[in-house]
Amino acid sequence: MRKTYFIATLLAFGFSSAAFARDQIKIVGSSTFYPFATVVAERFGKTSGFKTPVIESTGSGGGLKLFCKGLGTEHPDITNASRRIKGKEVKKCAENGVTDITEIKVGFDGIAMANAKSGPVLELTLKDVYLALAKDVPVDPNGDTVKPNPYKMWNEVNPALPAAPIIVIGPPPTSGTRDAFNELAIERGCKTFPGRKALKKKDKRLYKSQCRSVREDGPYVEAGENDNLIIEKLVADPGALGVFGYSFLDQNRDKVKAAKVDGVFPEFEAISSGKYPVSRSLFFYVKNAHAGVIPGMKEYVKEFTASKAIGSDGYLVDKGLIPLAENERAQFEEDGTKLTKFDGKVLNK
Amino acid sequence: MNKNTQIIKSSLLKRKRSEKYFKYFGLTGIIAALLFLTIIITSIFTTGKKAFKQTAIKLEIFFDPKIIDPENKGTEETYKSANYKIVIKNALLNYFPSVNKRIDIRDLTNFISSSEEERLLEMILKDNTLIGTTKELWLTASSTIDVIHKNLEMLNITEKDRLIDNKEKKWFTKLLDDEKLKFQFNKTFFTSADSTEPEQAGIWGSAMGSFFTVLVTLILSFPIAVAAGVFLEELAPKNKFTDFLEVNINNLAAVPSIIFGLLGLAIFLNVMHLPRSAPIVGGLVLALMTLPTIIIATRASLKAVPPSIREAAIGLGATKLQTVTHHVLPLSFPGILTGTIIGMSQALGETAPLLMIGMVAFIVDVPGSFLDASTALPVQIYLWKSTAARGFVELAAAGVLILLTFLILMNSFAVYIRKKYEKKW
Repeated sequence: MRKTYFIATLLAFGFSSAAFARDQIKIVGSSTFYPFATVVAERFGKTSGFKTPVIESTGSGGGLKLFCKGLGTEHPDITNASRRIKGKEVKKCAENGVTDITEIKVGFDGIAMANAKSGPVLELTLKDVYLALAKDVPVDPNGDTVKPNPYKMWNEVNPALPAAPIIVIGPPPTSGTRDAFNELAIERGCKTFPGRKALKKKDKRLYKSQCRSVREDGPYVEAGENDNLIIEKLVADPGALGVFGYSFLDQNRDKVKAAKVDGVFPEFEAISSGKYPVSRSLFFYVKNAHAGVIPGMKEYVKEFTASKAIGSDGYLVDKGLIPLAENERAQFEEDGTKLTKFDGKVLNK
Repeated sequence: MNKNTQIIKSSLLKRKRSEKYFKYFGLTGIIAALLFLTIIITSIFTTGKKAFKQTAIKLEIFFDPKIIDPENKGTEETYKSANYKIVIKNALLNYFPSVNKRIDIRDLTNFISSSEEERLLEMILKDNTLIGTTKELWLTASSTIDVIHKNLEMLNITEKDRLIDNKEKKWFTKLLDDEKLKFQFNKTFFTSADSTEPEQAGIWGSAMGSFFTVLVTLILSFPIAVAAGVFLEELAPKNKFTDFLEVNINNLAAVPSIIFGLLGLAIFLNVMHLPRSAPIVGGLVLALMTLPTIIIATRASLKAVPPSIREAAIGLGATKLQTVTHHVLPLSFPGILTGTIIGMSQALGETAPLLMIGMVAFIVDVPGSFLDASTALPVQIYLWKSTAARGFVELAAAGVLILLTFLILMNSFAVYIRKKYEKKW
């Protein structure tokens, strides 16, 4: 008799493939976005009467992959991204039936380059960053041909910089921060060479591979998706420079200090006005087909886009989010209430 | 003295010397290991112990009927809809009468943790005669104030680099000088789950998650592994097939745990559609991971039972199954249990496979069953360690202390069982 029970339990495990009803929003996505999304989720859970959403930090790319896997309660309802969705991902989504999504932009995040308080004050240009960290650097001043990056010291890159070895601790390639850093810092530094810029028109693929790759011969150290760890490493090694999000800089100003990039410090005003060059937008994407099935989704979006959350005096601003301009925020709040369908065509512009 | 004795005598000294060196080598190794262990434990302990206390601010709270129950209805709904933030704000403004600008007031109210609003509501719900009275209360401070209070030297750094600005420093020092600040025991840490505010975050949610996960692991892996071990050791014929099985089981024990996570993702989530982030899936994955460990332990302790026991049982007419269940298995049980407990503590400390099945997530509600979304202890530590707010650093260290305590308890229980019940033949 007991044996029969045991077998029955085993079978029950094996065949319980019926979908589990879910009354809790599931959110995946960017690790940069994670601290902001968790704050909203917690407030939402406390005040709305709905269950607190479950948030997984999977990285922007990983989140969109899970999000685009299909419709149904076993798939996440919302994904956060520290970059915009790519055309490829929209296509992938559509293949799996996820055609109706809403895009919400919530604000900006600056990427700071900083070193320990005891280290030297660094004034970098995007060109310096490119020359110090790119895999291949130009041989001639015009940048027509490239060679593997030979630079080991900052003053070889730019005589005005200190004679110290180049050590930069930053995120790994799976991170949205790294994507943004490659695009906003390395690539823009690359474009300062006319020869490189001309290459973009000739051979876009070669240009991308040469202007967006970071060197792998030692000076760039991958630290994993943990910005606190980067800060600890910077304190231990005053000669090293770290790459991480603005909110971590803000919380650790007694330990690290930011470097100027193109003459601008990564400060709140400079990032929101766009003066600081290395900043990107933060988005989240809503699966509209789930909005009627999972309770509280519309309300969560409303909570997130409300002025009290991401407006210029909102509670996320206290956590280090750089807010959007008011009219832009109002536009996304409206998109959120109506769940306006995102048109993938805007990406091809 | 002949020549041979001479040679032996001179070499004896050399051989003894090399033995001495070898001893010192070993000793140095052990001392170095102990030293590193002490350094790690002390550094975790000194950071972690800070999380067990939290700052509280003493305030005169006036339960203003105008705010809590303006129309004097006396119902629970009115109490629940009242804004207790204003009650706290008024108490603060009462203490700092000179603060009047809107932004300053906001910064001042940020001194108190937002969880205290719920606490005031609960007090009212318990005893509504409080309305209209004034009471002196210790309110939990926000994490920023807590960090400053625990590291007072932070007050001396320049304003730009400090967590609080000059006006907040002025308020803080006034509270400190008037002895309105104290450390209290951080009960929240042991009763709540994750939060974005360090002073409201706790370990209980993830401890429950770990409990459910390890329970599923135990229920599944223990009977299956013992049955498999007994079959292979006692009942199965020795042939190429069982040899092949044995090699595979030993190999499985060395497979990196993340692989089991991938397997869990592919089978339990994508094929069986079990819920993501649930302890049942975590338990299933970890059960697969611990199976080889327990099987190997079971077989080793079955082997340790002397053949005379089996022969005696069979000689008296017992069947093979009776021999095993009546004699061999009970005698080898201490060893099996030890192996199981070690396997369980391995499962308790595992994060990598849980990452793949969605248990690395922000979860505020304490899980109540196998199907609720939950995290696990080591996952919670990892999540806190990667959060920006300063207060989480000590929470992570405190989490490590809790996890270590559980591991030490489990392992010493295993040692105890072995010492108490093990038979020497």
